[in-house]
Amino acid sequence: MDTTVPSPQPSASLIGRLRPAHAGDFVFHAVTFVFAFSVLVLIALMLFEMLRGSWLTISRYGLAFVYGTDWNPPVERFGALPFVYGTIVSSGVALVVAVPISIAVALFVTYQAPMALRRPVISVVELLAAIPSVAFGLWGIFVLVPFMRDTVAPPFISALGWMPLFEGPSYGVGMLTSGLILAIMITPIVTAVSRDVLAAVPQHQRDGALALGATQWEAVRVVFQYALPGITGAIILGLARAVGETMAVTMVIGNRADINASLFAPGYSMASVIANEFPEANSKLYMSALIEVGVLLFLVSFGVRALAQLLVWRATRGRSIGREG
Amino acid sequence: MSATAPQYGRGYRWRIALDAAARLATGAAAVLVIAILVIILAYMAYKGVGSLDVAFFTELPKPAGETGGGIVNAIAGSLIMLALAMAISVPVGILAAIYLSEFGTGLFAQILRFLTDVLAGIPSIVVGIFAYTLIVLPMRSFSGLAGGVALAIIMLPVVVRTSEETLRLVPQSLRDAGLAVGAPKWRVTIDVVLASAASGIATGVLLAVSRAMGETAPLLFTALGSTLWTTSLHKPMASIPAQIYSYSISPYDDWHRKAWAAAFTLVLLILALNLAVRYLTRSRHA
Repeated sequence: MDTTVPSPQPSASLIGRLRPAHAGDFVFHAVTFVFAFSVLVLIALMLFEMLRGSWLTISRYGLAFVYGTDWNPPVERFGALPFVYGTIVSSGVALVVAVPISIAVALFVTYQAPMALRRPVISVVELLAAIPSVAFGLWGIFVLVPFMRDTVAPPFISALGWMPLFEGPSYGVGMLTSGLILAIMITPIVTAVSRDVLAAVPQHQRDGALALGATQWEAVRVVFQYALPGITGAIILGLARAVGETMAVTMVIGNRADINASLFAPGYSMASVIANEFPEANSKLYMSALIEVGVLLFLVSFGVRALAQLLVWRATRGRSIGREG
Repeated sequence: MSATAPQYGRGYRWRIALDAAARLATGAAAVLVIAILVIILAYMAYKGVGSLDVAFFTELPKPAGETGGGIVNAIAGSLIMLALAMAISVPVGILAAIYLSEFGTGLFAQILRFLTDVLAGIPSIVVGIFAYTLIVLPMRSFSGLAGGVALAIIMLPVVVRTSEETLRLVPQSLRDAGLAVGAPKWRVTIDVVLASAASGIATGVLLAVSRAMGETAPLLFTALGSTLWTTSLHKPMASIPAQIYSYSISPYDDWHRKAWAAAFTLVLLILALNLAVRYLTRSRHA
């Protein structure tokens, strides 16, 4: 999908400015403004409601909520670090796997694929983005988890089990499995944004390199220097996606609030603890703690998004790109 | 690139080899991604088709442990909540898009665009929490209403940005022509600009629906889910994605089969919507 927006142009040309003013126009302007403004109101209201809902734990635990490692609702101990850790590790795994593949696919469809293949490949990658999270989770539970447990993990553990990273028994569910599912899920967005960024690199950069006798790969490296800020933006957008992803992760991460160095160990993520425990939160404090995890998630996704947008905007000079669809 | 000149030197072969390896790697990456999509879809079809029957679409869920039954209440619930989400997000989204495309020239409009993108990026589980505190808590009940509102918030940014893009594609000369014959701007916007962008906006709405259709996280503690037939917006309501979730984490084989069948149906619907969108936009962008 072409997701570019032309940069803002004056909406009223000369003829628009010379015509007499209509009262209806003022009303129309005001009405549409109110609705556009509602987006801002909605976000502000969201933040307000969630801060209100989590005020109990914010005021009681302060920052200790974020770095506390013990999550034990029955005795009112709420430390969210295991979830932050799980989110970071599973998203990290996802980036390590998905970023090289996504950039390679973007390069393939931008420079290398035969013309007739480009649209179909782009479409297929976009269709991957359309599969709902819960369907990925279902596939994860019944296909990927057994595959990881029985086929992938045992040789790793027997060969590299001395490393903390691959320690312990493999349950199939865990950090690595959720990281891999996330990798599949963020590949479309990273690919799409990288493609837009590459397309925005002036053709003469590449032509110049090729004219000097560079191979295609060397020309790509030249282009890359130019595209680097935008590609960084693409990666961060992928990260934002991975951080907020809920269902598929909840279904395969194992849902255990431990901090464990092993990639095969079960864990928990910020989004999945909300999904899993919110319906059964039986005290005000417990509910407040889960909403505070939501606030953290909101702030992280807001910050990451702002950073990515800034980088991508710069790289493509004002075109807004890479929204998921 | 022809390699006829011999004076390229020792590094030449290495460079060519590296180039070939890089090309191979990018091609392989593309094949891998396509293979993963095919594997997932094929497995889903393989597991799903076998469990589909008429009862699946017409009967209510059977109690745990019993085989048979269907998910007709979840299908109805999804349709009701999507309809509600559309009824909220489509008018709001289109009016906001009109502001951004017709009046939005300043910094403020730029900020609103950015916030719309931020809204699109807020994790859907967070939207669920918001709908919970906003509607479920005051009403003291999980409800289809809360689920529909949550889905509306998910759809809104998609509707706004796709509609704005389409509105911007309408040539300025059309607006000028309308204004030149003396029509007020609001008439020109509605009768000329909006009318010529209608099909594009409809496409954007389809896209938003296809996105909301598969959302599970915002429904978990808003609509909650239900095993009963209900069309009341004030009661807990079942939905296809939430049903897939609860079936897939259950211990019953028959429910697992139902989960596959439901996932297959859902993915098929969403892919059909996406292909429709692709088909509709092709003629405009080609």
